[in-house]
Amino acid sequence: MDLSSISPVLLIASLMVAATPILLAAVGELVVERAGVLNLGVEGMMIVGAISGFAVAVESGSPALGFLAAAIGGAVLSALFIVLTQFALANQVASGLSLTLFGLGASALMGQSYIGIKPPPTTAIEIPFLSDLPVLGPILFSHDLVLYLSLAIVAGVWATLKYTRVGLVLRAVGENHDAAHALGYKVMRVRICAILFGGACAGLGGAYISLVRVPQWTEGMTAGAGWIALALVVFASWKAGRIIVGAYLFGGITVLQLNLQAVGVAIPVEYLTMSPYIITILVLVILSSDKSGAPGSLGRSFHASR
Amino acid sequence: MSEPLLRIQDLTKSYPGVLANNAVSFDIGKSELHALLGENGAGKSTLVKMIYGLVKPDSGSMQLNGTLFHPTEPRSARADGIAMVFQHFSLFDALTVAENIALGMEDPPPMRTLAQHIEDVSQNYGLPLGAERIVGDLSAGERQRVELIRCLLQGPKLLIMDEPTSVLTPQEVEILFETLRKLRDNGTSILYISHKLDEIKALCDTATILRRGEKVGVCNPSETSTRDMAEMMVGSTLKSPSRGARELGDPALEMINVTTRSSVAFGSGLINISISVRKGEIMGIGGVAGNGQDDLLLALSGEVTTEPSSIRLSGLPVGHLAPNARRELGLLAAPEERLGHAAAPDMSLTENAMLSGFVREKLLSNGFVNWKKSSDFAERIVEQFDVRTPGVDNAASSLSGGNLQKFVIGREVLQNPDVLVVNQPTWGVDAAAAASIRQAILDLASNGCAVIWISQDLDELMEVSDRFAALNGGRLSEPQPTQDLSVDEIGLMMGGVHGDA
Amino acid sequence: MITLEKRPQASRRWSFLTPVLAVVATIIFGSILFAALGKNPVVAIQTIFFEPLFGEFAFYYRPQLLVKGAPLVLIAIGLSLGFRAGIWNIGAEGQYIAGALAGAGVGLAFYPAESVLIFPLMVMAGFAGGAIWAGIPAFLKVRFGTNEILVSLMLVYVAEQLLASMSLGLMKNPDGFGFPGSRNLAEYASATSWINQEIGMHWGVAAAFIAVITAYILINKHKLGFDIRLSGAAPRAARFAGINPARLTVFCLCLSGALAGAAGLFEVAGPSGQVSIDFNVGYGFTAIIVAFLGRLHPIGILLAGALMALTYIGGEIAQSNLGLPAAAIQVFQGMLLFFLLALDVLTHYRVRFRQMRAN
Repeated sequence: MDLSSISPVLLIASLMVAATPILLAAVGELVVERAGVLNLGVEGMMIVGAISGFAVAVESGSPALGFLAAAIGGAVLSALFIVLTQFALANQVASGLSLTLFGLGASALMGQSYIGIKPPPTTAIEIPFLSDLPVLGPILFSHDLVLYLSLAIVAGVWATLKYTRVGLVLRAVGENHDAAHALGYKVMRVRICAILFGGACAGLGGAYISLVRVPQWTEGMTAGAGWIALALVVFASWKAGRIIVGAYLFGGITVLQLNLQAVGVAIPVEYLTMSPYIITILVLVILSSDKSGAPGSLGRSFHASR
Repeated sequence: MSEPLLRIQDLTKSYPGVLANNAVSFDIGKSELHALLGENGAGKSTLVKMIYGLVKPDSGSMQLNGTLFHPTEPRSARADGIAMVFQHFSLFDALTVAENIALGMEDPPPMRTLAQHIEDVSQNYGLPLGAERIVGDLSAGERQRVELIRCLLQGPKLLIMDEPTSVLTPQEVEILFETLRKLRDNGTSILYISHKLDEIKALCDTATILRRGEKVGVCNPSETSTRDMAEMMVGSTLKSPSRGARELGDPALEMINVTTRSSVAFGSGLINISISVRKGEIMGIGGVAGNGQDDLLLALSGEVTTEPSSIRLSGLPVGHLAPNARRELGLLAAPEERLGHAAAPDMSLTENAMLSGFVREKLLSNGFVNWKKSSDFAERIVEQFDVRTPGVDNAASSLSGGNLQKFVIGREVLQNPDVLVVNQPTWGVDAAAAASIRQAILDLASNGCAVIWISQDLDELMEVSDRFAALNGGRLSEPQPTQDLSVDEIGLMMGGVHGDA
Repeated sequence: MITLEKRPQASRRWSFLTPVLAVVATIIFGSILFAALGKNPVVAIQTIFFEPLFGEFAFYYRPQLLVKGAPLVLIAIGLSLGFRAGIWNIGAEGQYIAGALAGAGVGLAFYPAESVLIFPLMVMAGFAGGAIWAGIPAFLKVRFGTNEILVSLMLVYVAEQLLASMSLGLMKNPDGFGFPGSRNLAEYASATSWINQEIGMHWGVAAAFIAVITAYILINKHKLGFDIRLSGAAPRAARFAGINPARLTVFCLCLSGALAGAAGLFEVAGPSGQVSIDFNVGYGFTAIIVAFLGRLHPIGILLAGALMALTYIGGEIAQSNLGLPAAAIQVFQGMLLFFLLALDVLTHYRVRFRQMRAN
């Protein structure tokens, strides 16, 4: 065992890569929950995004088209959630579960002929000068476009929620849907848009796993990332800025345990592999006393009667 | 007279099984304070929702300034100069005052400018309010100001106010009336919805009276007697509840320095509450909504527990006991919220009778429920309290508000409590049902039961209670004999100025 | 324009009809799916629903119905009690593994001793293993207010790693020539859960039937069942009725965990036989579908469990006979839950068609 073989620079660079899928999924879910909807189908939307993106990228040879398809795939699956919760007014917890179960099956079916194939590489962008900086170069300026996009999305969500009218209306709908309705806002329309956005983000996150992080297709490859993303929203107490902190923390743990596995620490592989899940639980425990950030109408069905 | 601001012609709206409004017509003049008077369920809310574009009429039409007016949504009503302050505020607790106000505007200016506007309007009309405060932290009166300022910033032609004084102290009511008169003098028309005749007499120029969805009269409130208006509103003369002569016995319930934390976000909790109620006595607890009424009920019902000796039932410490142990000892409660707290909406009346009745009515044997006995108990409540329902197998949510309230109160009264705590027992209930509920509790007190009667209806409390105290921010004022109280004193008690301070 | 109108109370007729309609809709859309995969939909549906019961090899498949159905029903009964109370244990898969490991551990520890006491001890360990695994989210929820959905789900992944570690390490068969997996408990007379392998009868099947009857009585006749229903229907009213929500949470989670754990033990000591890396096949998740399809009602769950077992067996036949991918059956099962939830709107709302009013 040789801990010195773990390079801190590569560790940080790769934790950003490891964090990006959950970062994308979590920021999408954050928007959904701020609109007052609890979508537990993140895992399902991620895995469907992973295979849609993978299949299209392989068929077209273009990772960019792949990511686009992943976003669409995730959004299409979230449309099923919309049908269940917004039109049929079904229980959101049960609907989210059904989405995950359905998504896992559907992705396995779609991915039959893609097992063992390598996707076209998603190239890192080279920024002249900046990429060549020592230490900072590899950490900050040698990633692919989607990673930067994920950060841009978080920044965009943060600014939108804080400064724009759209963000204010979204928060209002999530806080008290009856009052928002009484003021004449279209509760359902706002929520549908939020759910679709959440689906697209989860899809992108899934594709980041299958196209960049791993990169290949295996059944059930998201391995709970969607659930960790859900935990991350609680961790961030529904604030966009804190999502980044949380995601990079989890990314760091994941990468660290992988590195420890690689250098052969005297802890069995299985226990290292379970560590991110256990740490997620611990973080949930520490933070669950503070529910002040939770939107007032979270998880409640809205039906405009009378 | 010049043409009216809003002309309403033959507006009709029906819901399955209910004709909410039947061909209602009336005019609201320019610069007029117009009252819409009616009992709960008379169709006032439906009518104003049609004016505000929340509900589409089945037939009929409206004209605003002589042109056809058919708002499809609140947004278009607002664009045409209609503004509304709701009875249950449509506010967002977690947002700031400025954000709440921005949400009610079509085209809000940038936040900084808006904050200045809010400042200006609140100074003009004497309604102080900080733009950056979180709405959840405001008192009920301040929350109403948020709604009002939100409306005023639009410069409305017609301002609709739905039961605005139910959350205010008498002093705050005076301030509101001043504001409304000032607004009228500046050219705004106001549609003022209420069932409180004194207020309408003091404030309004014209009153339209609704009963069971139909217009039954128009009058000038200052020239019409309260009694005549009441009869038009109710349709018959009501007998006021009779109080049997009562002998007050030993203290039945004592609370000594009870302090609890609020069970909900932005609630007030209880701070150092001490009361003593004697057998046969009715203690009226007034106060503006949200000042600890729920917390008081929870602390007494046992849903929130305290130090054992801080609550005593005939001298016995019960503060640590759970609800069913207290029921066994004769302390019963009927919470305010009928659907979801006092009763489970989707469960049958039999199940709801069992819910709080199983201890005293002995509906369990070895942990198994005796459903036959439970449905007999439910039948008995339905029969004795005249609950209108096809049968006790029907869900609680299928009952009308008044009938469910009779069921909930009846369930506790029939268990023959030694101490009964009720919170808003007649809220949202029609006059006949309210009268029978009041009578049932009064009869119970005549038989020696101690009653804590929490209500926001001051008239009700003045009528039934022996002593009166008010909750303010979780503190209770010193109880005073009801007979000697003046309106001013009550107002001071509600406002938190205690007799000894 | 279609509008929904809330019924004053849930329609009994529709609450019976919606599961049936959901099955019909799933068969229709499943057929379309199978056709899209290039299979004859009529043959595929026939293979899934009729072959196991009335086909040439039905004598072999019928016992399988008990074997596959028992764990689903046992787990779903436990879950349904929690779901009714608004307590969402979705980590039954983890509790299933934990129960199996605990029970198998006891059995393996006694090997090769023979005693009638060994199997009852294993069953108790199975109950305890599942209950403890579900007790973690229960404790965290009651003590810290932690979301039980996320914690119970996270523990599934932890349990899977624990299973891998056990089958490769501590519980590995010392006489297994280095292959992963434990000794075969089904061949260890004192530890097997089989009663009669010919007809598919093992103690888990018996336990499933007992659970259905017990749950039926509990829900309909006992105060505890009333408390569970009330807590789910109206939490504040439950507190008013004197129900302690913390105690109920612990009870529901631990009970559902115990049943899932027992299901795991019966499986590992019978049909599966050994602790191996992939002995769990997702019963814990499918049981969620079973619970909802059975309308959280014990008898309904029994029927739904039988139906879901049928699709498992029929799916396997279709896989070998028609080359229908295993994932297609998973999609088929997912669809069933989807349609059930979507159609459930008819139970609580009336759908009205009305013409748009021209302004």
